[in-house]
Amino acid sequence: MSDFSGNGPIYGLMAEFDSAQELVAAAHKTHEAGYQKIDAYSPFPIEGLAEAIGFHSNRVPLVVLIGGLIGGISAYALQYWVAVITYPVNVGGRPYHSWPSFIIVTFELTILFAGLSSAIGMIVLNGLPMPYHPVFNVPEFAKASENKFFLIVFSSDPKYDANRTRSFLTELAPRMVAEVPS
Amino acid sequence: MATNTQIPVADRRVPVIAPGHTFSTITEKISNIVLSRPISLGWILGFLIVFSMMNMLMMALGYLFIKGTGIWGINIPIGWGFAIVNFVWWIGIGHAGTLISAILCLLRQTWRNSINRFAEAMTLFAVACAGIFPLAHTGRPWLAYWLFPYPNTMQYWPNFRSPLVWDVFAVSTYFTISLVFWFVGLIPDLASLRDRTENIWVQRIYGLLAMGWRGSARHWHRYETAYLLLAGLATPLVLSVHTVVSFDFAVGIVPGWHTTIFPPYFVAGAIYSGFAMVLCLAIPIRAIYGLKDFITERHLENAAKVMLATGLIVAYGYGMEAFMGWYSGSQFDSFLLWNRLHGPYRLLYMALLGCNIFIPQVLWLKKFRVSTGWLWLISFVVLVGMWLERFIIVVVSLSRDFLTSSWGQYYPTKWDWMTFAGTIGMFLTAMWLFVRILPMISIFELRTLLPESQVHEAAEVKQ
Repeated sequence: MSDFSGNGPIYGLMAEFDSAQELVAAAHKTHEAGYQKIDAYSPFPIEGLAEAIGFHSNRVPLVVLIGGLIGGISAYALQYWVAVITYPVNVGGRPYHSWPSFIIVTFELTILFAGLSSAIGMIVLNGLPMPYHPVFNVPEFAKASENKFFLIVFSSDPKYDANRTRSFLTELAPRMVAEVPS
Repeated sequence: MATNTQIPVADRRVPVIAPGHTFSTITEKISNIVLSRPISLGWILGFLIVFSMMNMLMMALGYLFIKGTGIWGINIPIGWGFAIVNFVWWIGIGHAGTLISAILCLLRQTWRNSINRFAEAMTLFAVACAGIFPLAHTGRPWLAYWLFPYPNTMQYWPNFRSPLVWDVFAVSTYFTISLVFWFVGLIPDLASLRDRTENIWVQRIYGLLAMGWRGSARHWHRYETAYLLLAGLATPLVLSVHTVVSFDFAVGIVPGWHTTIFPPYFVAGAIYSGFAMVLCLAIPIRAIYGLKDFITERHLENAAKVMLATGLIVAYGYGMEAFMGWYSGSQFDSFLLWNRLHGPYRLLYMALLGCNIFIPQVLWLKKFRVSTGWLWLISFVVLVGMWLERFIIVVVSLSRDFLTSSWGQYYPTKWDWMTFAGTIGMFLTAMWLFVRILPMISIFELRTLLPESQVHEAAEVKQ
């Protein structure tokens, strides 16, 4: 409640915008003004918004690559082990290591593991599931999944100051600025 | 800000989304079907019918589990019968969903955005129906887990050189990835429903499923990457599934099966029947739920064109089969061709040619592509035709193989028919529930189709 608390009961300051264009412009200005710990919320993905808030590291592709490699290698290794080592079946003297027959299961498990790591990786890296989050305390935020656009400056930002940040956000001409209780 | 001047002059076709919509109206229109639309008498009556059909499946399967596969019409030489015909048919229908959601996503075909959700649901339900058949066909479905490689006291392992084992991996991967793709697509829409409902329990359920999605820019960034990667992974997967299914046949030496054209021809046939099913479902749904603004004439026309194109590939496949029957010089292959045209199943083969090749040619005419009644009818004909195709492939080849002493004839029993009709009931029951429980059109992807969502283009227009 105190105007002077940088951290603590206040999670951040939130500004509401009417359009995607305004949100991207506001996010650019806020980031350029030196705010680091900011986030933007929109009802659909907006091209360039993540860059505008200074977010660049996206490790989802790496997770998918690792998942796919694990899937493919383990599938081939399993088939080799079964067909050559533990359960060899002699079919008219044909080779045990009949690799062309192993391609399909290897392919399918590569896709399976890569696909699962893509979904699970995205969810985990996003910190989900997280049913409660302070931003939901702002009643207007319900429109973030419909037609409104939000920008938040977290109170943990070194440059955050309840009064100055509020006046900075007000200059961006939002519909409203609200404190987000944590 | 958002004006029609942004639409390129060249693009004067019917738009993918009717003019006059905003972010709110899209959200409202689609989510209200789930949240506030009252349940109509028609819905209840329809549900009772399809649910009874599903219960018929349960009875047929229950009796099958007691008596064994002897209650079906299968016997040597025709050991596959309806079980495999229906399996291949249902799996094929599923393919359109993944094609729409993955391949068209990679090709940036934005018209897919309003039909991908329910096409993906259709995929899941169709693959679930398909899965029942091989399991029931094993004779002892409670031991179906033997198909998977796991350490066991019998000290045996599956034979990884067998196409039937490949099938297990292909189909189970396909189902899992389709489910994941569908769920990932649903997350932001579940959040929309969570934020719109006034019922606390409904809110909790959707909230639980949405996992606390709040539309953060960081989240969207990772989300889009993950979605695109899933699309990229699902694309070769969908092409591989029916390829592997076709290997079940092509690896065997039975005349009519042992051909290299099977994989592409099966995949094309799968997409053909899948789009037919999409149209069969989309045409009534858009009329009943007033979604003509989102599923426009353009969607129906595009789907009809895909059907026409894949139908021609299928026709090429038939032509090539006939050509090879003659060109190979193999007496068994040429006899197969003769037998299809003049043997005991000739009427079914003629019906197949009519349903799959001749009748769909009317789709060359725009009149038939934009008339919903005709389009529905043609799609239904294609579905019948593709079922007949699988019947011809499975039954005709098995009934007349190399030795006359092992010739036979196949007659499906009432249990075969009950199981088949029952899976249609199960599929429709799932669809019936789906349209009332989940948003059947992807809300957030439709939002991105509005010109207001394009930050850069709008800025250029302003200047």
